[in-house]
This record gives sequence, C-alpha cells and structure tokens, in this order.
Amino acid sequence: MIAYIVRRILYVIPIVIGVNLLTFTLFFFVNTPDDVARLQLGVKRVTPEAIEKWKIDHGYDKPLLYNADATGAAQLTDTIFFKHSVRLFLFDFGQADDGRDISQDIGERMWPSLAIALPTLLIGVLVNITFAMLLAFFRGMYLDTWGVVLCVIMMSISLLFYIIGGQYLVGKLLRLVPISGYDTSWHAIKFVILPVIIGVVYGIGAGTRLYRTFFLEEINKDYVRTGRAKGLSELRVLFQHVLKNAMIPILTGVVAVIPLLFIGSLIMESFFGIPGLGSYTIDAIRHQDFSIVRAMVFLGVVLYIIGLLLTDISYTLVDPRVRLN
Amino acid sequence: MPQLVLLWTDRLIFLLLGAVIAFAVYALRHEHLRAPWRQVRRRRLAMAALVVLLVYVGAGLLDSVHMRLRLANEGGQNVQYAAEIVSALDLIGKPLVSRSEVSFSAPFATHAFVKEVARQPDGRTIMEYSRLRYAGAHLQDPEQRAGDIIGRVLKGGVVGALIWALLVAAVVLLARRGDQRLAYVAKRIIYGQGETPWRTILLTAGAVFVLVGLVTNLATHYHVLGTDQVGQDVLWRSVKSIRTGLIVGTLTTLVMLPFAVVLGIMAGYFRGWVDDVIQYTYTTLSAIPSVLLIAAAILSLHVYIATHEEAFPTVVERADLRLLFLCLILGVTSWTGLCRLLRGETLKLREQDYIQAATALGVRHAQIMMRHILPNLMHLVLITVVLDFSLLVLFEAVLSYVGVGVDPSTDSWGNMINSARLEMAREPIVWWSLTSAFVFMFGLVLAANLFADAVRDAFDPRLRK
Repeated sequence: MIAYIVRRILYVIPIVIGVNLLTFTLFFFVNTPDDVARLQLGVKRVTPEAIEKWKIDHGYDKPLLYNADATGAAQLTDTIFFKHSVRLFLFDFGQADDGRDISQDIGERMWPSLAIALPTLLIGVLVNITFAMLLAFFRGMYLDTWGVVLCVIMMSISLLFYIIGGQYLVGKLLRLVPISGYDTSWHAIKFVILPVIIGVVYGIGAGTRLYRTFFLEEINKDYVRTGRAKGLSELRVLFQHVLKNAMIPILTGVVAVIPLLFIGSLIMESFFGIPGLGSYTIDAIRHQDFSIVRAMVFLGVVLYIIGLLLTDISYTLVDPRVRLN
Repeated sequence: MPQLVLLWTDRLIFLLLGAVIAFAVYALRHEHLRAPWRQVRRRRLAMAALVVLLVYVGAGLLDSVHMRLRLANEGGQNVQYAAEIVSALDLIGKPLVSRSEVSFSAPFATHAFVKEVARQPDGRTIMEYSRLRYAGAHLQDPEQRAGDIIGRVLKGGVVGALIWALLVAAVVLLARRGDQRLAYVAKRIIYGQGETPWRTILLTAGAVFVLVGLVTNLATHYHVLGTDQVGQDVLWRSVKSIRTGLIVGTLTTLVMLPFAVVLGIMAGYFRGWVDDVIQYTYTTLSAIPSVLLIAAAILSLHVYIATHEEAFPTVVERADLRLLFLCLILGVTSWTGLCRLLRGETLKLREQDYIQAATALGVRHAQIMMRHILPNLMHLVLITVVLDFSLLVLFEAVLSYVGVGVDPSTDSWGNMINSARLEMAREPIVWWSLTSAFVFMFGLVLAANLFADAVRDAFDPRLRK
C-alpha cells in the first residue's frame, strides 16, 4: 500500500511537467513574449525600450525552451520555461500582473470557496441519496417513472437559470437573504445559504438519476434476494443491505471531488460575489492575466491527482476485495 | 444566383450530415444495427423528442447555407455581390431582421419600454413612451391590439393546422401496406396501434406546426418575444442561436471522435509502451480543469487575433473561426473520457476467442482493429455522442458567461443570457430575453436528453432486457 502510494506520487511528476509544458506552449508559441508585453503595457504604440524593460522585469527576456548561448545544464535551465515552472513546483506562483502575490491571494481566497463548496457537496449527496432511495423503493411504479422524467427535466435546465431564477425569487421577491456578497466570520452564513441551496437543487437531477442506477444495480443481486427470502421487510433490505453496498460507488465518487472543492465553482462564486478562488480565476481570465490562470491550472492538476489517489485508497478501505498493486 | 459561401463550420456540418445519412443507410441494411433502432422507434417519448430535435436541426441547417446576395446592377457586365454574408434562414426571416426598434420593448408591446425624448409640435421636448416603429404599427389605435392578436393567432393556427393535416394524410397514405383500407390505417394510428407510435409523432408535429404557424403570423406585425437593448427582435436572436448550439454540440464530437477511437483502441490493443504513452497523454489532459484549459486556449486565441488582424477579413469569418476553435478545444478536453472507456473495453475484447483466432490466422493488426474490435465498440461511441450533446449545449452558455465562449458577434444563447443578465436588475424587470434564451435552450436540451436516453437503453447491452 505505501509502495503503491509512493509510486502514484512519483507518477504525478511527469504529468505536472506535461501540463506545464502544455499551458506554456499554448501561451508562448502563439504569442511571443513581445506580444505579451505589448498587451500588458496596454497601449497600441509602445517603444521597443519599454517592451524590453517589461520583459526583463517579468523574466521574459530569456529564450523560450533552449538557450543556445549558455553552456552545460544552463542550456535548459536558463530559459523562460524552466524559470517559470520550477517556481510552480515549489508552490511559489510569483506575482500577478497587478503586482499582488498569487500564493498569498490563493491562501486567503481558499476559505470562502470551501465555505460554499463543502456544504453544497455534503447536503447534495444526502439529498440525492434520499431521493434515489425513494425512487428505488418505488421502482417500476408511476412515482419512479415520473421521478426519472423529472430528473431529466431538471438536468436539462441550465445552471445559469437556476442561479438567476434563485437570485430573483429568494433574493429579490422574497427578500430572505442578500443577493450577493460576502462577510467575515459567522456573518458570512447569510451569504452562503442561497448559493448552497441553488447548488444542491442543480445537482438533484443528475445525482439522483446516477445514484438510482447504483441502487438498482445492487437491488437485483443475489444477497438481496436472500435477504428478502429470509423474511426481511423491503425497507430493512434497502437500508441495511442495499444502502451499504451502493455507498461504495457513491463515496468513492465523492472522495474524488473533495480536493477540487478548494478551487470552488467558477460560476457560482462570480454570480454571488464570493471572494473565492473561482471568482479569482474568472477575474484573471477576464483580465487576461496568464500568471494567475497558470497557477490555478497547476493547483487544479495537483488537487485532481490527489483526488484520484484518495479514490484508490478509499476503495481499499470500503471494499476489502480491492487490492492495490 | 447568389454566390454561395462555405464557412469552415458549414463544411463540417455538411460533412457530418453526410456521415449521419451514410450511417443510417448502412444501419438499415444490417439487421444487428436495425434491431436497437427499432427499439428506439417504439419509445413514444423518444419519438416526440425526435420531432422537436428535427425542427431544431432544420433551422440550424437552413442557417448553415451561407451566401452573398447579388447586387442589383443596371446593364453592367460585371456581376457584383454584396460584402455581407447571409444565410438561407436570414432570407426567410427577412421581415424580422430588418425591423429593429430603438431599444427594449416588451412582448407584443406597441409602445417602447423605456421613455424617450420626443419633440412636440410646439418645439418643447418631453419624455414619453413612444410608439414602436414596427410592432403594431398597422393599428390605428393601440386599443385594438387584443382583437388583432386573437385574429392573427386564429388565422396562423388554422394555416398551421391545415399544413399539418396534409402531413397526416401523407403519413396515412405511406403507412398503408398492401390493400389495407385507408380508414383502417387511420384507425390504427388514432388508437396508437402498430409498432411506430405515429399518434405521438403526429400530435407533436401538430403542436409544432400550429405553434410555428401562429408565431410566424404574429411575428410579422409584433415582437412576439420583445426586443433587446439595441432593439433587435429577441425571437429572431433565439432562432439564430440554434445553429451555434447545434454546432457546439455536434462538431465537438466530430473533432474528438477520431482521437478517442483510434487512440483508445490502440492503447487497449497494443498495450506496452503505446498504452503508457496514450494513458499519459489523456491523464495529463484530463487533469487540467476543463474550463481553465479552454480559458487558456481561448485567451491565447484572443491575443493571436488581436495581433494578426489582417488574417481575418470579415467579422463573420472571424466569428466562425472562433466557433470552430472553441469546438476544437472542447473536443480536446472531452475526448479523454471516451478514450479511457474504449481502452478498457478493448482490453477485454482482445482476449476474446475470435480475436485470438484472427491473430493466429495472421490477420494484420490494422485489420483486426477495424473489422473485429471497432464494430464491437460502436455502441459505446454512439451512446457517448448522444449523451455528450446536451451537456455541450449547456456548457456553451456557461463558457460564454465566463467570457471564453463564442465570439460576442455570434448569436448564441450564452451570449443572450450574458447580455441579459444585468437587465434583471432593472426596475421594472426586463425578463423576456433571458426567458426566451432559456426556453429555447431547454427545448433543445430536453429533447436531446430524452432521445439520448432511449438510444442508450437500446444500445447498452447491460440494459437490454
């Protein structure tokens, strides 16, 4: 098990290098550092001196990937790619274009993101399991059939509609909670409620349908039939046997996304004015700030891979038949 | 004759259309492919969804025939063409395109939604809700509006119903087998007997025909769904957005399919280092959060377009390339799931006896993959394609909101929602652009979802009863 985890962590390194190379290529082979400098300096006519100065200030004055003037290992290390990637590996994301320290911003903005994403996930899973069990209990009946159709209808509605509709209904018509914004400490709770509710409602369609198939897969297995044969009530079978086994795919699915919660939801956060990482990324995209986008890509990749690793480990924990090797 | 213009997305759309028709002909001739489609055909909900889908596809295809109109020239030898590129749909909807108001107006309104400066005969200026330029302009007195609308609804509905009646008659004639009496065929359809649920199909088609009939009859004299900030007809913008939605949903899959299929089969079939390289590639790609990868790619494209303006002569062509690029990058982010699925399935398939036999008989690798493995994976490919479609249509709206979607000049539901978002804060609230974008998108996505469900149930061997 330990050996497996170590091997998986070593496997992360080439992937992260690959991702870095990819984002780097995307950005610099289409646009030379000169283009970037011109764009950042913002005016149409910029003097060549100003561009040179910007490039030196921001470390873009080196060759992209291969430095022919240098000798030995410096041929590869004295380049824009190396200088910018090595720092990422040390979680030093450098400065944004407006001069703020990205690492510090990320550290601060992580918590609001989590405050929205974690309750959404937990409440969402509970609600979806409840509905899915209800449908599975009434399987093949009208309630089940129409429940599934309702799920499909809910899945067909855009997330944007849920957000705008929810803001209008709850925030503007009923005036129960503020439409958007955020606050420090416990006062934040009134800002958190609406995004969480909307996130849960949005997830019901797809989640319930998926979990329902998990339940139905288990419900037709032999051990369930044995349970019924020995006289257990349908409810007891469902709660004691089916639920436990259907939890395996549900839990492992949840574990995989837990690390990504830190990044938050791009859309939710920017609609509700939550100062989290999601809105941070959106703002960076809109201002074409590539250092932030790249930092977020790096962070996302690392968290995604941690999620994969956690999934594998949780499989062995909940299902003793699975052996990692 | 107008000069036809083929944009890049048009070419791909027609290529895709050709491929679908070719597949349909092929499937008709092979019983093992016909059987699951017959099962789809028996599903009433799926067939109703198909009718709705076909209406969307029809509008999208009409909007994909682009041309430059011939300019009127007096006696000159050189034929001149307009610089502006229009589509066949634009020609049909010409009355709607040209009739833009000054600013917002509510659905069926005769007066503007916001006050404007108007000059009185005596020279004073006052703020008033002025009459709209086009909507309801034929009415002497706005009070007559209700009666006029009811009259037009009835007239349009009746015309739609008449066309529908022709369709019903055609179906009855075509559904007749041998010397069956027509009354018998009609009775079977009315009672919903027979394998194909004609009753459901015809009722759905009837609803569509009546709706289209009365809306077109109204749209020539009113703004049925109001106008937006710059006075454009919202109904028209929603209809024009259909093409964008369909392209994002279909071309993306077209782009990703070759990668996913070829690489997935190769990884599973050859194993060893080929597998390692391919697995590495898709793990790397899928590790990047897709919105971020798309954002980074589109950002790069923005800068590229900004620095190479001369390469894109017209707005339409630039918007078209951006749309195509969006499909490409969406394809790059979405092929990994299917590739992984196909790899796993190929790993299982290659141990089958018939593959072993083919290998022992000395059949070449390429042939084994083409003839023995690929056909056994087609159901997975098909299911993925239809299930992804609706997700992509929804995703387009989200991307446009983030600012990395289609070109702002392209009509798309995402752009409509994005620009209408701030209108919700107005008092009184401007709800119609947002609502119609959502309703049009919902119609397409729901129909696609219902149809995709039936296809999955029919093709997935695990679900087959």
